[in-house]
Amino acid sequence: MFSYTFHWNQALKALPQMLDGALVTLQIALLSMAIGLAVALALTLFRLSGNRILGGFATAWVEIARNTPALFQIYMAHFGLGSFGIHLSPYAALLAGIAFNNAGYLAENFRGALKAIPETQTRAGRSLGMTSLQAFRYIVMPQMLRVAFLPATNQMVWAILMTSLGVTVGMNTDLAGITQELNARSFRTFEFFAIAAVIYYLIAKAVTLAARVLAARMFRY
Amino acid sequence: MIEIENVRKSFGQLEVLKGINLTVEKGEVLTIIGGSGSGKSTLLTCINGLETIDGGRIVVDGTDVHAKGTDLNKLRRKLGIVFQQFNAFPHLTVLENVMLAPVKVLGQSKAEAEAMAVRQLTHVGLGDKLKVYPSRMSGGQQQRMAIARALAMSPAYMLFDEVTSALDPQLVGEVLDTLRMLASEGMTMICVTHEMKFAREVSDRVAFFHKGVMAEIAPPEALFGAPKDADLKTFLAATH
Repeated sequence: MFSYTFHWNQALKALPQMLDGALVTLQIALLSMAIGLAVALALTLFRLSGNRILGGFATAWVEIARNTPALFQIYMAHFGLGSFGIHLSPYAALLAGIAFNNAGYLAENFRGALKAIPETQTRAGRSLGMTSLQAFRYIVMPQMLRVAFLPATNQMVWAILMTSLGVTVGMNTDLAGITQELNARSFRTFEFFAIAAVIYYLIAKAVTLAARVLAARMFRY
Repeated sequence: MIEIENVRKSFGQLEVLKGINLTVEKGEVLTIIGGSGSGKSTLLTCINGLETIDGGRIVVDGTDVHAKGTDLNKLRRKLGIVFQQFNAFPHLTVLENVMLAPVKVLGQSKAEAEAMAVRQLTHVGLGDKLKVYPSRMSGGQQQRMAIARALAMSPAYMLFDEVTSALDPQLVGEVLDTLRMLASEGMTMICVTHEMKFAREVSDRVAFFHKGVMAEIAPPEALFGAPKDADLKTFLAATH
């Protein structure tokens, strides 16, 4: 009834290769977060601008990012853009897809955080002669980022896990991609994916922990 | 000089300012008293352009506040305002709170802004709180910090909007002392207040607002000693 024989040695020999893949995974996740944060800030400003076209654009982005599967978003970056003659490498497509998703969730996250900051903060800034952009930049945004920081680390963990969707667009240098290739060559499916899962888990935990340490250092008030 | 000419302001159906005429000279201390909803706080936020007006005009040193093309950000540099809520910036230390606008708005160097901030904070009695975050301070201290923050912009006028109303009674005194000090130094001030004793001591003139109208304006001894307006008499009787 249980005829599968474990071959851990073979899998463990591939560990250095998988760890290299883990670095690529972490790199994509970090980059996608950096891009996602920048875009989410822009989307937040669009929403605050009162301009209907910019606001509508931001809302559409958030709606699509949050209400369609991440897999489709990555597909659209790879095959979708491909049909318009824009050919992204698997790496770029994966990064673009995840960044798109991150931006949507983070923008929504920022919107919630903004509600926690009283309007009187902006009034106080404007009363000191600041432009509305200066009041946002120096008074509202730092407070918003603090409120949004811990929820944003959830998105970072989610970004790490989303990178595994890269195999569907031919990504073969990240942890999931390398694991998939090792599996295809050896059929030691359980061993390889079990090790990969442990590595994903450890990266996610490390990120959460690092975020807590960072938060304690950054937000002293 | 602040010239307020026939200013009208409505929030929806409710007319909160029904044609206010008032001139405040350089060096004058004017206090505005009156019941809630009399329009006195609204007038202050109209003076610095945080609120629009529906009629009349407000001219500050020759600049029409609500005219098209008026650079409000520039105008506000000379109109310091302190609100009922202290509006401390919680993510900045006391020193940083005061330095922020001089650096970002006036383009002062950090050193210049810091020297000014330390001077103003020392002036309001917070010289030992520079590196503290506002959440660690009492309401009275936060309000004095807000005053120093406004003063650091070297304004020509200071507007105080019920600055002691949100304070615990035992903290009111320290903030009023700060205002008295500014008045004695010759700062031009408009203070909306419920502190009658303070208004009596510090003002050159006191204005009584009632239902959007400036019902009476006079030097304090006349206004408090021999009020003419019937509503003012009722108001004073109720506050004594």
